[in-house]
Amino acid sequence: MLELYGTQVTSRLLLGSARYPSPAALAEAARRSGTEIVTVSLRRETAGGRTGGAFFELIRGLGVRVLPNTAGCHSVSEAVLTAKMARDLFGTNWIKLELIGHHDTLQPDLFQLVGAARILSADGFEVFPYTTDDLVAGERLLAAGCKVLMPWCAPIGTAAGPQNVSGLRAMRAEFADIPLIVDAGIGRPSHAAAVMELGFDAVLLNTAVAGAGDPPAMAEAFAEAITAGRKAYHAGLLAPRDMAVPSTPVIGKGVFA
Amino acid sequence: MTYIVNGEAVESAAVTLSELLTALEYEGEWLATAVNGELVHREERSACRLSDGDRIEVLSPMQGG
Repeated sequence: MLELYGTQVTSRLLLGSARYPSPAALAEAARRSGTEIVTVSLRRETAGGRTGGAFFELIRGLGVRVLPNTAGCHSVSEAVLTAKMARDLFGTNWIKLELIGHHDTLQPDLFQLVGAARILSADGFEVFPYTTDDLVAGERLLAAGCKVLMPWCAPIGTAAGPQNVSGLRAMRAEFADIPLIVDAGIGRPSHAAAVMELGFDAVLLNTAVAGAGDPPAMAEAFAEAITAGRKAYHAGLLAPRDMAVPSTPVIGKGVFA
Repeated sequence: MTYIVNGEAVESAAVTLSELLTALEYEGEWLATAVNGELVHREERSACRLSDGDRIEVLSPMQGG
């Protein structure tokens, strides 16, 4: 079981709700992934409240917990107000805090992120910060009140997979007791398995599932990979070696020459 | 009066936020509102008196990653 701010979940896959070819594809992907947490966002309503309402009825029908985000925010004030509006709307203290600092890489602005996390934590929010693998930023976020960290493994939407494995490994070692969720950059089930093998607690995915040829099938593939990676981590992985080692014992081998 | 609703100038005789939402045909429970950068809870909208030039944000749920 994974515990996030006192809530226990079985599934270690958090699923984004954007970019699916249809609402039905989103619903089926969520179902087959087994996810218990789906991320949602807030945007300006242009159709009298009906567009967002229809979408949220779909999400409610999935029976999952929602994790609202502050996607697209570039300042502390913008992110804090968005978080407050999300809490008012969704009735949850959970907030995935995104503070974008760079237009091309969508890299989080770690300095503003820490400031916003401090304000929101003091206001009763349970913050899931989208961060990098920077250890100092992680420490500052924990000091600001966060009890979960969500580092990227590559820029959002790139599907590039883990770009800094040693950085992720260091993060796992440094924050041994903190739930760590890889958020952003995962492209394939093997990427998800790789970070789970490193000991990460969960993976947050969106584009890799929504953009697949068959999103529900890909959601299931990811769920299996995440489970496999977690089992492998607990089973104790063999350290790589430079030299070959025969797997078949040579002692007692017949001598024919 | 002129209000800036989701970035667009709107002329309306509405005096309160709830009147403005009704006048602009916003309906349903899935709306979050803010005036001049401050959250206005659903239950406070009818008491929230607007002033000329107020900036109003009306947000609703949408897909997100």
